[in-house]
Amino acid sequence: MASNFSIKHQPGFTAIAATCFVVLYLPIVVLVIYAFNAATSTSEWGGFSLKWFQSAYQNTQVIDATLRSFQIGAIAAVLSTIFATMAALATTRTASYPGLTFKYAAINQPLMVPEIVTGVALLIFFSRIKIFTGYSGLGYLVAAHTAFCIPFAYLPIRARLENMDLTLERAAADLYATPWKTFRRITLPLLWPGILAGLMLAFVISLDDVVITEFVKSGGQDTLPTYMLGQIRRGITPEINAISTAFLLLSVAIVTLFFFVSRKRD
Amino acid sequence: MATAEEVAKAAERRDVRDRWLLSAPALLVILLAATGPLLIVLVYSFLTPGAYGDVKWQFSSDAWTSVFLERDIFDDTLSLAAAHVTIFWRSIKLAVVTTLATLALGFPTAYFMATRSEKTRDLWLFLITIPFWTNLLIRTFAVLQIIRNEGIINTILLKLGIISAPVQILYTDTAILIGMAYVYLPLMVLPIYASMEKLDFRLVEAGYDLYATRFKVLRKIIFPLVKPGVIAGSILVFIPALGAYVTPSVLGGGKNMMLSNLIELQFGQGRNWPLGSALSITVMIIVMVALLAYVRNAGQSGVRHG
Repeated sequence: MASNFSIKHQPGFTAIAATCFVVLYLPIVVLVIYAFNAATSTSEWGGFSLKWFQSAYQNTQVIDATLRSFQIGAIAAVLSTIFATMAALATTRTASYPGLTFKYAAINQPLMVPEIVTGVALLIFFSRIKIFTGYSGLGYLVAAHTAFCIPFAYLPIRARLENMDLTLERAAADLYATPWKTFRRITLPLLWPGILAGLMLAFVISLDDVVITEFVKSGGQDTLPTYMLGQIRRGITPEINAISTAFLLLSVAIVTLFFFVSRKRD
Repeated sequence: MATAEEVAKAAERRDVRDRWLLSAPALLVILLAATGPLLIVLVYSFLTPGAYGDVKWQFSSDAWTSVFLERDIFDDTLSLAAAHVTIFWRSIKLAVVTTLATLALGFPTAYFMATRSEKTRDLWLFLITIPFWTNLLIRTFAVLQIIRNEGIINTILLKLGIISAPVQILYTDTAILIGMAYVYLPLMVLPIYASMEKLDFRLVEAGYDLYATRFKVLRKIIFPLVKPGVIAGSILVFIPALGAYVTPSVLGGGKNMMLSNLIELQFGQGRNWPLGSALSITVMIIVMVALLAYVRNAGQSGVRHG
């Protein structure tokens, strides 16, 4: 056998992996490049320009949808992270007790159901409530987003709690700290990176949602993704490229931040 | 006088009660805005459709009958609902092929990542994570730009003289398949990578020492050990692929319906909410069966490998 025999090598695997990474990034790169295309047509290159970003910025529908996305995302992320933190504290570092399995199942339930099913379920439920109460504000979207963000916020917080040493909390208790003081001064600071990661994850998940929002929203409640879906169905415009690129950069920024926050685990 | 045992029991009860209070808000929100509405869907699937959408509160099993069967309007006989069966078949087929395609691409990719040096592994993981967290709609839109008639694939093929007219990929089943494989690929790579990273390469070495070929090592040692990751990845891809809404409606152009589009149609123009509900429950049942198979399989392989 050849002298450069490596036990980790499998023929063709590196080539496939390389193809995968190229294929994953190629469409995104093309999308970004064409966002800077000066031409009005999306099929030819007419030189570098920022005019489509400017045009998107001056489009009040785009700005409204973006602000609505951020508003819903921020509220849903904060609420779901608070609830997920409480739930994580209630379901970790304990011997099994009646209802614990039920809690795991309930918290993870939104992950198990295809989005389309959750979408129509909420459409039915909320349309009834709308008739009953007459309220048709953003509350429904916030509630729906909070619900499906909870399992995502829960994951990193629970992971961090489970890896956390109990010694410091016991020491605090031994030194007559009240449970609340122990939580605020010991547990919370140690848990903070997990909470931050959960918050960012929840925000990205809320920002990305198309399907459930599409079914739950009332008229004039487009978020950025549902606005884009409507536009893409109507035909491709260079403006959509610019909006996608801006959205993409934002997601990448949040994910990069998340990556570094959750890396600092040790 | 309370004994020590009673005190301990009371403390435990208090602890469990506190834990219920702490988890109550999360459980309540999920119950109200996720689980509860699913039960309403189940109820709706047994009601009569209203004239303008919604339902009449009158029991009917028609919706369930018409998931797979249709009643002839003239002689009332039942026959297989060809349109529904076609859509179910196409959705399941596309989801299965998507799963296989992502597995064929994802397995070697995960293997490649797991065999890098410890320092560079994080970088590769990061590179897989970025598309994973990029909006699915934007990624689908990016694919659309590549495969449309004026897209770069057709442009390059035309310039090279391989084809004389653009190949129509967009708005076909192939387009949906390419799009789904593209957007769900990271979902396959991540769990396989997670179990591959824990792979003990001394076992691989032992295999080679015993004169196993590369293929045999792959088939008899590596694959069985990372099987839980492969199954997890397959489930993670299959479930959203079966219920996919965004990718088929953007790349399929409304002509090639999948289950999600059929469900949407019943709640929109179709105005048959009970049928839409019954179809939704059917999708849920398929998903549950897949999950159950996963749990059983994962349990078994857990026993086998300790």
